[in-house]
Amino acid sequence: MFSNIKELVQLATGRYTSISEVMIHREISETGKGREEIFSFMKKQLSIMKHAVEEGLTQTVSSPTKLTGGDAKRLVDYYLSNKTLLGQQGNSAISMALAVSETNACLGRIVATPTAGSAGILPGVLFSLQQRFNWDEEKLVLGLFTASAVGLVIANNASISGAGGGCQAEVGSATAMAAAASVELAGGTPDQAAQAVGIALKNVLGLICDPIAGLVEVPCVVRNGVHAVMALAAADMALAGIKSVIPADEVIQTLYEVGNTMPREWKETALGGLAATPTGQRIKQDLDKL
Amino acid sequence: MRYRSAFDIIGPSMVGPSSSHTAGANRIGQLAAQIYGETPAEINVTLYGSFAETYKGHGTDRAIIAGLMGMKTDDLRIRNALEIAKASGIHFEFKKGSLEGIHPNSVRIVLGKGENEVNLVGISLGGGSIEIIELNGYNIRFSGDYPTLILQHIDRVGVIGQIGMIIARHGINVSHMEVDRQIRGGPAISVIEMDQLVPNSVLDQISESELIYQVRQLEVV
Repeated sequence: MFSNIKELVQLATGRYTSISEVMIHREISETGKGREEIFSFMKKQLSIMKHAVEEGLTQTVSSPTKLTGGDAKRLVDYYLSNKTLLGQQGNSAISMALAVSETNACLGRIVATPTAGSAGILPGVLFSLQQRFNWDEEKLVLGLFTASAVGLVIANNASISGAGGGCQAEVGSATAMAAAASVELAGGTPDQAAQAVGIALKNVLGLICDPIAGLVEVPCVVRNGVHAVMALAAADMALAGIKSVIPADEVIQTLYEVGNTMPREWKETALGGLAATPTGQRIKQDLDKL
Repeated sequence: MRYRSAFDIIGPSMVGPSSSHTAGANRIGQLAAQIYGETPAEINVTLYGSFAETYKGHGTDRAIIAGLMGMKTDDLRIRNALEIAKASGIHFEFKKGSLEGIHPNSVRIVLGKGENEVNLVGISLGGGSIEIIELNGYNIRFSGDYPTLILQHIDRVGVIGQIGMIIARHGINVSHMEVDRQIRGGPAISVIEMDQLVPNSVLDQISESELIYQVRQLEVV
């Protein structure tokens, strides 16, 4: 039905009314299941995502390694009692993204969106927007279908895994998915959603996957927080009418090529980047002793 | 296309920390146990590439053992899977392998001994999607995303047609199929991914043929 962003936008502006509708129809024809069953399964995913946010926000969880934990709550306490630089919306998105990533680092239950390492971004963006605009659950579920359409294109034309294409593939795809979903839910056009994908991905190109000691903690957790804001920024720019001069599909192709030429030290092997710094090495040695 | 469904992207729901190194690894373990037919008592695992470098931090070992005990990706017992396995008397061993040209996230799992041995290679593609790329020395690929039949049979004219006919007669659609053989006219293996599970009665019908040694149906993992 669609194999790239251009075809997705064409379908969403022609035969169907939105990117989420294109995705729902594709899912129906792919699985043979009914709309209701597909919708209610997505709703279940949404509720697991929501639970992961709540778990991370309310508990002062600390990961088994003690490397991460408690930052989501720390940020909430800060933005509720201070005039922040970024404002409440941005900080709320960051805190929820951190919450999910911390829950993940603590071996809690999350939904991979598209991966576990990048699982904070989409819920951080969607639930913070819901808080502000009072969107109902059905609306957020539509956002998840929009996000999955974008994720499918990136997964099939490039990569969504840090081991396959570096962090640009993993956190990058989550950022693009969240940006496109935000545009659609905010009332933007399918073309604007595609521009948001292009803008978001252009700003993650080259991002390496260099987790300290191979753990999905440092820098993964804060990276989810910062990229939740990047998704909102890309969505706002697209909604304002700003275009991605290089079309989204060409940016995805670039992401693929950058991922292929990236040395293996930067693709989730914990052999390079931040993992290879003196501090990264020291942390690894300390953990090995445990 | 490797990724087909919205839930390949929004999902799986899982216990962290990594979709490729934890959930994907768990799914490979689940498939291996289903092929073996029961929870194995003897498990040998070799990890390659990023799996080998980072398996402890990602809990890849816990996730694989949990999968071999039939625990799904979102089972909170994954956290303690190694202890649970030890307490149930399961013997397992992990080692790191190095091989040029292999996928960055690969694992070889060997279960049991002798003629019941299952020896497979799985790769984790990202986001929890996986592929088995080798089974008992045969080069065949399947994903665990569909109900799957694994048939050991003789490489002879008509065997595959026979299997296909029986499945089709029950209105079951085949979405993907692969065959590999050791030598012409010798032992062969067929892997059939279908849109739905086959009833047991149909499996019995298939195994009636004397050209087919073994039929195993795998559920979606």
